[in-house]
Amino acid sequence: MTDKTPMPLWEVFIRARSGLPHKHCGSVHAPDATMAVQAARDVYTRRGESVSIWVVPSAAIIASDPNEKDQLFEPTSTKAYRHPTFYDIPDEVGHM
Amino acid sequence: MYTQALNAKDASAGTRPEDTARLAVFQSTVDAEDKIEPNDWMPDGYRKTLIRQISQHAHSEVIGMQPEGNWITRAPSLRRKAALLAKIQDEAGHGLYLYAAAETLGVSRDELYEQLLSGKAKYSSIFNYPTPTWADIGIIGWLVDGAAIMNQIPLCRCSYGPYARAMIRVCKEESFHQRQGYEIMLTLCRGTPEQKAMAQDALNRWWWPVLMMFGPSDKDSMHSADSTRWKIKRFSNDDLRQKFVDATVPQGQFLGLTFPDPDLRLDEESGHWHYGEIDWSEFKRVVAGDGPMNKQRMAHRRQTEADGAWVREAAMAHAEKRRQRAAAARIAAE
Amino acid sequence: MSAELTAYSISLADDALVLGHRLSQWSSLGPTLEEDIALSNLALDLIGQARLFYTLAGQIEGKDRTEDDFAYFRDAGDFRNVLLVELPNSDFAHAMVRQLVYAAFAHPYLDALSRSSHSGLAEIAAKAVKEIAYHVRHSAEWVIRLGDGTDESRRRTIAALDALWPYVDELFEMDAGERSLVAAGIAPDRAAIRPVWDRTIDNVLREATLERPSQVAVARTGGRSGRHTSDLAAMLADMQVLARAHPGVTW
Repeated sequence: MTDKTPMPLWEVFIRARSGLPHKHCGSVHAPDATMAVQAARDVYTRRGESVSIWVVPSAAIIASDPNEKDQLFEPTSTKAYRHPTFYDIPDEVGHM
Repeated sequence: MYTQALNAKDASAGTRPEDTARLAVFQSTVDAEDKIEPNDWMPDGYRKTLIRQISQHAHSEVIGMQPEGNWITRAPSLRRKAALLAKIQDEAGHGLYLYAAAETLGVSRDELYEQLLSGKAKYSSIFNYPTPTWADIGIIGWLVDGAAIMNQIPLCRCSYGPYARAMIRVCKEESFHQRQGYEIMLTLCRGTPEQKAMAQDALNRWWWPVLMMFGPSDKDSMHSADSTRWKIKRFSNDDLRQKFVDATVPQGQFLGLTFPDPDLRLDEESGHWHYGEIDWSEFKRVVAGDGPMNKQRMAHRRQTEADGAWVREAAMAHAEKRRQRAAAARIAAE
Repeated sequence: MSAELTAYSISLADDALVLGHRLSQWSSLGPTLEEDIALSNLALDLIGQARLFYTLAGQIEGKDRTEDDFAYFRDAGDFRNVLLVELPNSDFAHAMVRQLVYAAFAHPYLDALSRSSHSGLAEIAAKAVKEIAYHVRHSAEWVIRLGDGTDESRRRTIAALDALWPYVDELFEMDAGERSLVAAGIAPDRAAIRPVWDRTIDNVLREATLERPSQVAVARTGGRSGRHTSDLAAMLADMQVLARAHPGVTW
């Protein structure tokens, strides 16, 4: 519109209860970090969804390249020895 | 639905030959019910269709604040006033989530506003009808939100991740809207004869426009094929409309109201409610901009945008001043 | 004491309802979608507080009057809100300055009321004080940005301060009935709140690079005794129109 600079976009992360990690829940436009936290509070916690908020400038997020999905994530699929079910333990031993 | 005007436009997937391999990967991801995420390759047509659909949906939510907003100040009890204000606030929130989803496709909210204000982008025809009585608030919750929910639940499984996630949040919040509306209708229908008449009058005015919300009949719908293949759309307009009618008619009967359709009857064989012919000329007229309230809705939105410009500019100017002061302080400290 | 207590609870409710109503009129008019939602949150907090204070007033009075009887079936002359809250909306600077002026008072006031010897009032205040704390914060952040933003936002914020300043003193007024409640340890002393209000306002204004209005206009009061601006009557005519057209029905 008539605005010279668009308001930056912020990614919003909320912690639903203490003890849980912050989880991405959406984004807001805000002029600065303080207002971004307030906007996140007003927009994303209207139903008691949160006890803590993080906001991060969207532009600051560095993402992995989807085209490199194969080299980044594929190799782990063949390394079953990292999982407990890979190992045989007799039932008599009980839960381990 | 909120994106009904889409059906009148083209959306061919203009892909280059070198994209064939990537297209295959894309389609197999979609076929496997996996999600497409913002950074993934996607056909241009998919991106365009999504931007158009999501933004029309967002515009509909934001414009949709107005017809109900008409009654915030006059809500007849404080309980109703709080519920209505919270509901309209949710609609602003839904618009916001959806704009954010659209932004992941590389278009800014400001650009989307521009498209709305210039008339390039459409919003749902339903919000171009007036709300002269309090019963309209009941009807909007019961029928308009009811119709929206029919459409939105399948969208929670849409192939585009950010859209699907936004819709999950929207659906979760929306669940109180329809109940709020039906409760208003129920109270009116159990009230005085004047209240009941108010409810019947509202149903008479809204029933047909609500059926039009689902968009043109399947035989006239232009490009459902792409949207279906891309798993953006899972049910046809007519299927959703039928589902809505089947769910709604018994609810209306419970209220003791009469639907303004002499052809409405239960088809014993199929178990579906048969409804009369929809006046599509009215639909086309309203979508094209000639509904009872199109001009007021756009003027209101334009005014809001213009009145807020100085606030947004001030906030940005202040942020810039702070940055400069912080930079100056840093230099002074060095 | 019960008549004074009823009147007092009604006046607290009236302040909250009328300001909540003014804020609710911002719906779909906010400068950003985010702020539209924020303004409705402020409105909902205040409308919620009003409902609690009305209901309490009805209980104390013992005549079966409900929250809606108080809100919808009294005329402007029966309302006991301060004039500050009934002034019609103008621009966003006006809305934020008014919110700051009100909340900077209401926050310490409700905090004190939460320690009232009257448990009903204390309970409502304890809930409301948390809501109002955010109102202070939100409006303060905006006043700072608008005061120290662009020339236009600064001009508008100064205009809002000038327009609203004459209505400040009324926040601290007490009539004989309320004084008796103060003496009984039920109501906080409004005069004791003034230094806290001064500090909050001066801190915000300093950060906003603004000053208190230099032209001291004559204080405008009368709301507590039912002498209102015509804007309140207009607001109520709209607010009450449907409820009064069908008295006695359920909605």
